[in-house]
Amino acid sequence: MRMDALNALVAFLNFVFIPGLAYGAQLALGALGVTLIYGILRFSNFAHGDTMAFGAMVTILMTWWFQSMGISFGPLPTALLALPFGIAATAAFVLGTDRVVYRFYRRKKASPTIVVIVSLGVMFVMNGVIRFIIGVDEQNFSDGERFLLNPNAFKEMTGLAEPLAIKTTQAVTVVAAVVVVAALFWFLQKTRTGKSMRAFSDNEDLALLSGINPDRVVAVTWIIAAGIATIAGTLYGLDKSFKPFTYFQLLLPIFAAAIVGGLGSPLGAIAGGFVIAFSEVMVTNAWKRW
Amino acid sequence: MNTRNLILFGLVACLYLATGFLQSWNLSLSILNAALLATIAALGVNMQWGYAGLFSVGTMGFTALGGLAVVLISSRPNAENWQAGGPGILLALVLGALAGMAAVFAWRRLAPGRMRALIVAAILIGGFFMFRAVFDPNVIAAEAINPEFAGNLGGLGLPSLIAWPVGGLLAAAAAWGIGKTALGLRSDYLAIATLGIAEIIVSVLKNEDWLGRGVKNLTDLPRPWPVPYEVELQQEPGFLDFVANWGLDPVTASTIGVKLLYAGMFGIVLGLVIWLFERALNSPWGRMMRAIRDNEVSAAAMGKDVTGRHLQVFILGSAVIGFAGAMMTSMDGQMTPGTYNPLRFTFLVWVMVIVGGSGNNWGTVLGGLLIGWLWLVVENIGPNIMQFATMPFPDGALKAHLLGSAEHMRLLTMGVILLLVLRFSPRGLIPEK
Repeated sequence: MRMDALNALVAFLNFVFIPGLAYGAQLALGALGVTLIYGILRFSNFAHGDTMAFGAMVTILMTWWFQSMGISFGPLPTALLALPFGIAATAAFVLGTDRVVYRFYRRKKASPTIVVIVSLGVMFVMNGVIRFIIGVDEQNFSDGERFLLNPNAFKEMTGLAEPLAIKTTQAVTVVAAVVVVAALFWFLQKTRTGKSMRAFSDNEDLALLSGINPDRVVAVTWIIAAGIATIAGTLYGLDKSFKPFTYFQLLLPIFAAAIVGGLGSPLGAIAGGFVIAFSEVMVTNAWKRW
Repeated sequence: MNTRNLILFGLVACLYLATGFLQSWNLSLSILNAALLATIAALGVNMQWGYAGLFSVGTMGFTALGGLAVVLISSRPNAENWQAGGPGILLALVLGALAGMAAVFAWRRLAPGRMRALIVAAILIGGFFMFRAVFDPNVIAAEAINPEFAGNLGGLGLPSLIAWPVGGLLAAAAAWGIGKTALGLRSDYLAIATLGIAEIIVSVLKNEDWLGRGVKNLTDLPRPWPVPYEVELQQEPGFLDFVANWGLDPVTASTIGVKLLYAGMFGIVLGLVIWLFERALNSPWGRMMRAIRDNEVSAAAMGKDVTGRHLQVFILGSAVIGFAGAMMTSMDGQMTPGTYNPLRFTFLVWVMVIVGGSGNNWGTVLGGLLIGWLWLVVENIGPNIMQFATMPFPDGALKAHLLGSAEHMRLLTMGVILLLVLRFSPRGLIPEK
């Protein structure tokens, strides 16, 4: 009887809690980017899924290069070493997009719906660029130790019927998400630039009146959004697999997460990410079993 | 219709003629047929966005529902599958609908409070389990029979033409339900909600094998009257005489003949839709819609029922999209839920509307024919251009990669065109008057 309860608990951890936690962390990071852009640039960025894919793509290319040179990160995935390059490239790309595309509409104070349609155009372009560079197929770039907790080892160790597995990528995802969120909140709460970003988000006119440089706020927002998007995209690719079309489809759960948490609220985006991830994992799991 | 617009239409016509002369008439006509269907769907989107300012990106879902109508109306009946589970599945659907209605009824009639929430939740949860209890065994029974070739309940076996208006009705009914729940949302939220709902519709079509075989695809849908099959045409003496008189190859002539017939039928539907839409736009109703679009608050202050009119225009536009979706499945002769992709069936249609000129039906037609042509031609010409561009490179992995990915040029092209039009001619090629 006690064994059954333990087995059930382990099954829940293995099939719902751990996958949900990792997926939730990925969605939360994606939703953070969407929510930041919504709060400060004031539009829903439909190109965000493809921004994630772009960042992950650059990271993958760098990872392959590192792997070919024999550089590795021990038990951890080499992709983590390649991340800074992915972030830099993505930041440069989105800053370029802002300069060429979005700035015009910002100066003109175009209605948010128009900017959303503009972001659809950017989405098409990024989608094309990504498929052009890396193709449409699934790419595998995960290396290092596969499991932090091996399912068979767990079974032998505890004598339970149900296995429990923790993939390295899942652990890395959760740790990275915690670090990123902590850093972001420290930045928004404590630094001068972060405070000016929050002021800009709360009341643009008042922020401008108090001498905040809007171009700087916008640029920093894009850089942060690109950074979080790259991290989210890479973690998702490590944990599952990288396929450009999947990232486009991630747009839906990411926006759902941002909306559940309240668009424009970073804390809400994190909560929303986990709410969406756990409901998705739980419902599909329950559907399969019963 | 001024000279400038006529020239624009003439230029687009030249694109199709050039494809015909330089490549093949078969290709030119296939592109035209696909573009005509997308244009009809784009007119539906134009009604929602251009007339009323509704930012709905659920186009793919309504297109798919139109396709479902063709499956239900015109595919061949599967008597055994129907006997095994048909009545049971219908009963389950009715029970599910009744539970939903009971929940809505209880929500409206009971006093607000915790009691009401509990009762409604109990009705919904109980209804769900009741629905699954009846639904599951019947679905398993129906799908078990002959799964390699059928496994679905089958259609009514009626002519395909009947399925077209039914597709419109099905999409309209879905739009009513969606509109009732989602139209109260602000622009961005409505977009996300409709995007999600379209995914739900397609994922139901993919997974419910009893409905239309899901991802196993339903392939032998009949052609609509009066389109003949090429093989039959090639054996008909009258046709062979006619072809011989003109000195044409019977095989090519039959394929072109069939495509011309489709083009004619779609052209008639397109003409009817434009006529109706222009009448609607230039009526008091059309002026009211534009007034609501331009300023909801003042339109409401003038006593206009903004929510009601939004729902109306959403249903009308969706019905036209469903009609186009039914025509597409009917022409393809197959239902393949796996091919419904929001880039192609939602956002491309939006690009057509924006590029052509939102709010202007003729602009939308121009945009539809132009973008429809580009979408399919860039796929064909892209590799040629790439071949030319990579000539100086030595043969190797890079060249092979560039050549291989040239077909993805079309997404890039669409994005660049959309951005250029939005930047330099934000009201489209033929702006609203």
